[in-house]
Amino acid sequence: MEKITSEAQLQERISHCSACLQAKYEGKDGKKAIVVCGGTGCLSSDSEGIIEEFEKLIKEYHLEDKCTVNVVGCFGFCSMGPFVKVFPGETLYTKVKVSDAKEIIEKDIIGGEIVERLLFTDPVTKEKVAAQKDINFYKLQKRDIALKGNDHIDPESLDEALAYDTFVGLNRALHMTQQEVIDEVSKSGLRGRGGAGFPTGRKWQFAYNEQNEEKYIICNGDEGDPGAFMDRSIVEGNPFNVIEGMMIAGYAIGAKNGYFYIRAEYPVAVERLQKAIKILEDVGLLGDHILGTDFSFRCHIRLGAGAFVCGEETALLNSIEGKRGMPRPRPPFPAVKGLWDKPTVINNVETLANVPYILKEGWEKYAAIGTDDSKGTKVFALGGKVNNIGLVEVPMGTTLRQLIYDIGGGIPDGKKFKAIQTGGPSGGCLTEADLDTPIDYGSLVARGSMMGSGGAIVMDEDNCMVDVAKFYMTFICDESCGKCSPCRIGTKRLLEILTKITDGRGTMQDLDDLENLARLVAQNSLCGLGQTAPNPILSTLRSFRSEYEAHVIEQECPAHVCKNLIKYWIDPEKCKKCSMCARQCPAQAITGEPGKTPFVIDSSKCIKCGACLSGCRFGAISKI
Amino acid sequence: MALVNISIEGQHYQVDDSLTVLEACRECGYNVPSLCSFHHDECSLASCRVCLVEVKGAKGLVASCAYPVNEGMEITISSPKAVEARRTSVELILSNHRKNCLQCPKEGHCELLKVAEMVGARDGMYEGEMSEATLDELAPALVRDTSKCILCGRCVERCKKAQGISILGFENRGFNTIVSPIENRSFATSPCIQCGQCVNVCPTGALMEHSEIDKVDAAFKAGKKVIVQVAPAVRSAIAEEFGEPIGTNGTGKMFAALHRLGFYRVFDTNFGADLTIMEEANELLERIKGKGVLPQITSCSPGWINYLEYYYPEIIPHVSTCKSPHMMQGATIKSYFAEKHEIDPKDIFVVSIMPCVAKKYERQRSQMPDDVDAVLTTRELAKLIKRAGINWNKLPEEGPDMDLLGEYSGAGVIFGVTGGVMEAALRTAYYWMTGKEYAAINFTEVRGLEGVKEATVDFDGTPVSVAVTSGMKNAKPLLEQVKAGTSPYAFIEVMCCPGGCINGGGQPYVHPLLLPDEEPDILDTYCAKRSAVLYSEDERQAVRQSHNNPDIQKLYSEYLGKPGSEKAEELLHTSYVSDRAKWPDVK
Repeated sequence: MEKITSEAQLQERISHCSACLQAKYEGKDGKKAIVVCGGTGCLSSDSEGIIEEFEKLIKEYHLEDKCTVNVVGCFGFCSMGPFVKVFPGETLYTKVKVSDAKEIIEKDIIGGEIVERLLFTDPVTKEKVAAQKDINFYKLQKRDIALKGNDHIDPESLDEALAYDTFVGLNRALHMTQQEVIDEVSKSGLRGRGGAGFPTGRKWQFAYNEQNEEKYIICNGDEGDPGAFMDRSIVEGNPFNVIEGMMIAGYAIGAKNGYFYIRAEYPVAVERLQKAIKILEDVGLLGDHILGTDFSFRCHIRLGAGAFVCGEETALLNSIEGKRGMPRPRPPFPAVKGLWDKPTVINNVETLANVPYILKEGWEKYAAIGTDDSKGTKVFALGGKVNNIGLVEVPMGTTLRQLIYDIGGGIPDGKKFKAIQTGGPSGGCLTEADLDTPIDYGSLVARGSMMGSGGAIVMDEDNCMVDVAKFYMTFICDESCGKCSPCRIGTKRLLEILTKITDGRGTMQDLDDLENLARLVAQNSLCGLGQTAPNPILSTLRSFRSEYEAHVIEQECPAHVCKNLIKYWIDPEKCKKCSMCARQCPAQAITGEPGKTPFVIDSSKCIKCGACLSGCRFGAISKI
Repeated sequence: MALVNISIEGQHYQVDDSLTVLEACRECGYNVPSLCSFHHDECSLASCRVCLVEVKGAKGLVASCAYPVNEGMEITISSPKAVEARRTSVELILSNHRKNCLQCPKEGHCELLKVAEMVGARDGMYEGEMSEATLDELAPALVRDTSKCILCGRCVERCKKAQGISILGFENRGFNTIVSPIENRSFATSPCIQCGQCVNVCPTGALMEHSEIDKVDAAFKAGKKVIVQVAPAVRSAIAEEFGEPIGTNGTGKMFAALHRLGFYRVFDTNFGADLTIMEEANELLERIKGKGVLPQITSCSPGWINYLEYYYPEIIPHVSTCKSPHMMQGATIKSYFAEKHEIDPKDIFVVSIMPCVAKKYERQRSQMPDDVDAVLTTRELAKLIKRAGINWNKLPEEGPDMDLLGEYSGAGVIFGVTGGVMEAALRTAYYWMTGKEYAAINFTEVRGLEGVKEATVDFDGTPVSVAVTSGMKNAKPLLEQVKAGTSPYAFIEVMCCPGGCINGGGQPYVHPLLLPDEEPDILDTYCAKRSAVLYSEDERQAVRQSHNNPDIQKLYSEYLGKPGSEKAEELLHTSYVSDRAKWPDVK
C-alpha cells in the first residue's frame, strides 16, 4: 500500500478517496452500490451470508459493471437488522434474509424498483419508508461524530475512512503545540463518555503536566453494562476514527504508546482494530515520524477477560499489567502513576471517537452542540420495552421523551411506560415525571440517575421495579471483584434483603434496612463499582416505594413478576376445557376432564413457569 | 522529607509528609482502627474500609491507610458519619466471619475482635449466607481456614514482599473470593516453603501454625520421657506473650517455666547450634581445601531448604549437608544421651520449641529420622505456660539441665539472628585455620538487619569473602550468582525469614493495635530489639566459641570422634531432593 508520510500525501489521498466514495454513493460511476450491515448483531443474523449471496448473484447476472457490494459498520437499528442499503437513494431494506438477495438484485438493481415488502414500517403511522434519512429513528439523530461513517464506510478500508476525513484532525493537531491541543479539547467541553463525565481536557492536562519519558494512553473498551454495546459498535464501524482519537490524545500528553483494552467477547471489534492498526503501520500512519513530524506512536491491543470491574480505570491498569483486576486506591491517580507506574490517561472508546471531530472542526463547532453542562453528542444503546431498539447518537440536551417516543417509537403493544434505566448497574431508574429531562450529565444526576456509558433500558407496566433492582444487584454481586468488604459483603446482603422481599418474606423494617445499607455501601466502597452499586436500589426505592410496600404489606407483586407472589389462575368462564394447558404443564399441576369440566391449577404443585399461559389460545389463564 | 501542618479533630499537628493519614493519626495519638493495612511499605490495598475518616475537601470518606497527608489537611475521626462508616465495615466483615471465638486458635491475639471493640460493632447486624469455606490442614506447618479469613490481603503482600514467591493470592470473585494458593490448593501441594510469615501478619485465625500441643500432651500421658529443647530466638520474644515489652530477655524465666511444665530434661538448642558449627565449619574448611564446591551455603533454616528444593535445586551441592541444630540435638539425645543414661530411645519423646513453623515440616521430612517428635512454636509454648497456670511474673531465673547436653556458647545464642550463624562459624573457622582465637571475638561486619550483607574477613592474612542474607526475596540475587557460577563468596548464610529466626513464623505476633504500650513505629524496631537480646546473651557467656563448649568437646571425644567422622555423618548430616518441584498435582 502506498505510504502516507507527509501532509501533502495525506491531503492528496483524502481528496482522491473522497471523490471516489462520493462517486460511488451518487452513482456517478454508473454503478449501484449495495452496502450490508456488518455489526455483530447483523453478522449473527448472517449478514455475511447475504453479502456472499449478492456476490454470487452479481456474477450470475453479470452485473459486475452495474453494481458493487461491500460490508459497512453498524446501522444501529438493531431490531430491524440485517440491513441492506442501496445507493444512490439510500434505500434501506430491513430484516433482510439471504433468500431476499435475489429479489433485491432483480427488482431494485436490475429493474430499478424498490422492494416494498422489505422497507421499514413506521410503528406509529404504519407507513412504509424507503430512504434511511426519512425514518423517524434516524431523523432526530446526529450520527456524524462518534458514529461517523458507521453506516457508510467499509470498516476495513482506510481509503473509505479517509474519504470521511479521518486523520484531518490529527494533521491539524500535529501543527499545534501539545498544550494547544489540550486547550482545544478543554474548550470543546468534551467530558468522559464512560461513566462519570470527567472533563477530558483536564484529564489530559494532568498527564501532560507530569514529567516522564514514558506515558501511556489507554482506550477503555471494556464495556460491561448489561445491554450496552456503544463502544463495540463504534470500534466495529470505524476503528480508524478511534485510533485517530487515541493518537491525538497521545500527542497531547506526550505518550508514544497506546493500549486498547477490549473485551475478548468482542471478536469483530478486535479483528477490525487489528486490521486497522496493521494498515496504518503499513502506510506509515502509525510508527515513527508520523506525517513527517517528530511524533511517533504505536498501538497495542489487550483483551479483557470479561470482568465488569475491569472497566474501572485502576482495575483495568492491573489487568493490563497481568494482575488480578482489582481497583487500586486513589491517590495516586492514573494521570500521575498509572500503567506500570507511568502517567497514564484512560479514555473511553466513545470519548476518543469524539476527539477527531473536535480537532477537525474546531472546538467552537463542537461546543455549539449540546447544553451548557454537556457538549456534543451521546451514543445510547436503547433497549427494553421500546419499539425501535438500537444504537442512537443524539445531541446532548435531547429529552428522554424524544429518545423514547420520537426515536424509539414508543412502547410496544400499547403498554404504559413505567421507567427508563440509564447508566447501567451504576445508574438509576427515571420515571414518567422525568421524561422531559434533557439528557446531560448534570440533569440525570440531579434526577437520581447518571449518564453512565449509555445504556438506556425502557420498562413498561409489566416490569416489577423490585425485580429490576434485584436483577442489577445480582449482576453486581457476580461482578464485584471481592476486594473491599462493603462491596463484597454489602451487595450480597442487599441482594439477600431484596430476595426476601420478592419472596414475600419482607418486613417494613427490611425496607429501612435496605435503604440504610445501600447508602452505607455506596459511601464505604473503594471504587466506582461499589460506590454506585446501590443506585438501582436507591432510585427505585425513591420512585417506586409503593411497589416495594405492596410486596411487603399486601404480599403482592403489582407487575406479576415475582414468582413467589403470583398465582396462575384459569378463568372457568373462559376455559374451553381443551386440556392444552394441562398438556403443557411440566409439573402435572393442572387437572380437569377434557370437554367436561373447566381445568384447575393446583397452586401447591405449580412451579410458575408460565407454560400454560403461553399455551392457552383463549386467554383463559392469567397471573393474579 | 518535610513537615506539613495538619489538623486532627481540630488540633494542630506537624507531621512528616511521607506519612499516610492513618500513620499521622497514630503518631499524634489517635487510635484509628485498621485491618488490611499493616506496615507502611507493606499492603495498602485500602480494602477493609475500617480506617475511614473524613478529610475536608475530599470526595467522600477517605481510607486513611492509603491516603497521603498534605499541607493544611483537616482530618476528622469522630464525626457521626465516619464512626458509622467504620462500624458498618466491621459489622459487614463480621457477618461473613465464623465467630466461634472460643474454639479459635487465635485466642487473645485476634485483631478483628479488637477492632470490633474499637468501633463498637454490634453482632448480628447483617447476618446472612456465609461464603463457602476451605479448611486446609494437609501441610505439616500451616493451617488455612477461610471461614475466618477477612480478605485483608496482608498475607498476600507478606508472601510477595518477604519471600518473593506469591504463593497466596485472591481466587474467585465477589462474595466467593478467598485467599489461597493457586486453584485453592493446599499448602502441601503448592510450592509453599511453609515459612509462616503469612501467619505472623494474619489478623484472625485464618492462617495458623499446625499445632502439635496435642501430641505433646499424648506423650506425657503415655508416660514417655519428654525432653524439651528450646531454640535461641525463642528467648528473645517469649516474654512478649506475657505482656512484657518487646526486647525483654526471657531466657531465665523461660527455663524456669519449662522445668515447671514437667519435662524430663530441659535443654537448650544452643548446644545443637554449637554442634552445627563444629560440623559446618569443618565442612567449609574441607571445601576450601578442595573437597566440594564453593561457596558453601548454610542449611539450618528449613524454610530456606524448602525454597532451595523448589526453586534452586541446581545449587544443592553448594548447600551444607549439616542438619539444623534442633535435629542434630534430637539425634544426639536419642543416641549419645540415651546410651549414656541407658534409656531406650523409643521411650524418649523430643519436643523442640522453635521460633519457626517450617521446623514442623522439617522434622517430618523423609530424609530425617524420627529424632524430634514434636515442634512447638514460641506462641504454642506460651499457651502451655498459660494453661498450666504458671505466673510468668513470679518465675525465678533458671537455666537448662546440665546433663551431657547442657552447656552452650555465646556463638550458639546468636544463631537466632541474621548473620549469627556466619559469625559463629567464623569464630571457629578462624581458630581452626589460624590456630588462634580471633582476638576481637565479634565479627561485627556481618551484623545488622539489612537484607544482604557482604564482608571480607581477614583470617590472619587470608581474606575470606562471605555474604549473609535473609528473606528469600533478598536471597534471590545471591542464589542466581551461585547458579551462574559467578558467586564471589566462600560462605553464604541464608535465613528464610527477614531478620532471621527472631522474626520467624512461630514468634509472638507484633500487631500494633494489640500492643498499646509499644511505640507507633514498633514494626520498624522490633527485630532490632529482639536481636539485641541475643547479642547481649552472647556477651554474657563465659564461653564464646562453639569449639570451646566443654560438653561439645566431651561429645566428640567420647562419642563422635572428630567433626566429619563417620558417626557424625550418620547422625548429624542429611541430604536434599532435587525433584520437589514435582509437587503432587492435586487440589
